[in-house]
Amino acid sequence: MPMQSQVFDQIGDAANALSSNRSARYLGGGTLVMRAVNSSSQSFDTIIRSTDPSLKQIQVQGDQIVIGAGVTMSQVMANRDLDFLNPAAKAIGGPAIRNMATVGGNLFARSPYGDFTAALLVCEATISLVGSQGSMPLADFLTQRYREPRSVVVSISVPRPRDKNAFRFVKITRVKPMGVSLITIAAVLPQTGGRISNARIAYGAMGDFPIRAAAVERALEGKILDAQGIEAALAVATEGISPQTDEIATEWYRREVAPIHLKRLLLGTQG
Amino acid sequence: MAKKPIQFQLNGSPKSVFVEDGQNLLDVLRREVGDLTPKLGCAQGACGACTVLVDGEQHVSCLILAETIEGRSVQTAGSLANGPDLHPLQEAFMDGFAAQCGYCTPGMLMSAKALLDKNPSPSREDVIEAIAGNICRCTGYEPIIDAILDAAGKSNGRQIGSGGSYA
Repeated sequence: MPMQSQVFDQIGDAANALSSNRSARYLGGGTLVMRAVNSSSQSFDTIIRSTDPSLKQIQVQGDQIVIGAGVTMSQVMANRDLDFLNPAAKAIGGPAIRNMATVGGNLFARSPYGDFTAALLVCEATISLVGSQGSMPLADFLTQRYREPRSVVVSISVPRPRDKNAFRFVKITRVKPMGVSLITIAAVLPQTGGRISNARIAYGAMGDFPIRAAAVERALEGKILDAQGIEAALAVATEGISPQTDEIATEWYRREVAPIHLKRLLLGTQG
Repeated sequence: MAKKPIQFQLNGSPKSVFVEDGQNLLDVLRREVGDLTPKLGCAQGACGACTVLVDGEQHVSCLILAETIEGRSVQTAGSLANGPDLHPLQEAFMDGFAAQCGYCTPGMLMSAKALLDKNPSPSREDVIEAIAGNICRCTGYEPIIDAILDAAGKSNGRQIGSGGSYA
């Protein structure tokens, strides 16, 4: 199918063009859309992109870190305010991919990709959409994104963490150092008086899109982070989760290994 | 099909070409410019055979929309040797038998160059990370890692430039 491409200086104009053409896709860093182009995808015939400089900016606004949707994983890794997200950004591809793949694009990556989005979930990120579409919690956006494929993300806001050491992240792959996720786990584990308070846990590659593990979070509340304290959480590691079967692993295998990797993450014993 | 004119620097020389909408940079380099050093492997960004440097940073050229390269600088493995004078990385690959079929080699060289340009004295772990996006199905990687470390050692910590120069 002959492809057309359109470029706009302003992201709002690009969004308008996208909303008026159901055969168009928005191009961020290229690591998703160009793969489809190279595969002769018949699902779209127009590429829309924007050179709006705001998409490439990282700004601290009050207690929020606002990440432009076009910021690459390499930019995240180079930013001091976002250093706690380094393990998640580094989990995306090799160096060449990280120089191209964007934070905004990662929100649209289909499972088993989209590992960085799991990290954003536990950071309670908020998504800003173009124009009058406003903003919404990332968790809400993820459940709606495929119903709203015309939406254009402008930025992702992450609250500045009170304790950067409370963030933990692991991506399990069959190939190292770069491989596709079997399971990704992101966590923020705040502690008060030595006990977990308001833990946030999210899985990647364990469903259609990254998802919070609500049962695990509830089971960790008020517990001490040791082998005995996490037993109840491990018992419900996959409660409410519907892992997929793909070329990396079966649903059964993912359910079997999830508690093991969750245990290692919580106790800080992962390799 | 619509074609757009673009201008960019390729290995230090200005290039002007017409590109098609949706055409990727790898295709432009090989078909329109005639630089056959970057290779077509997976066309999915997974193998690294098409790795080039864009403004000094490594990219997989198969996933770059060619028109976005307007005004930018692209370096391929074709920039490394100066006539018969090989680049230190190429010498190290040759001396260390770091290429067998050779298909991954141009991409490996450019990933290695990106590393050594920023970090002239890398650790073994640094090298492994730098070529994490480059797949080799012949060597088992060890000779490649050794060759990159060997080239870094030969440079004595100085910036490894192009054209066979250690300076």
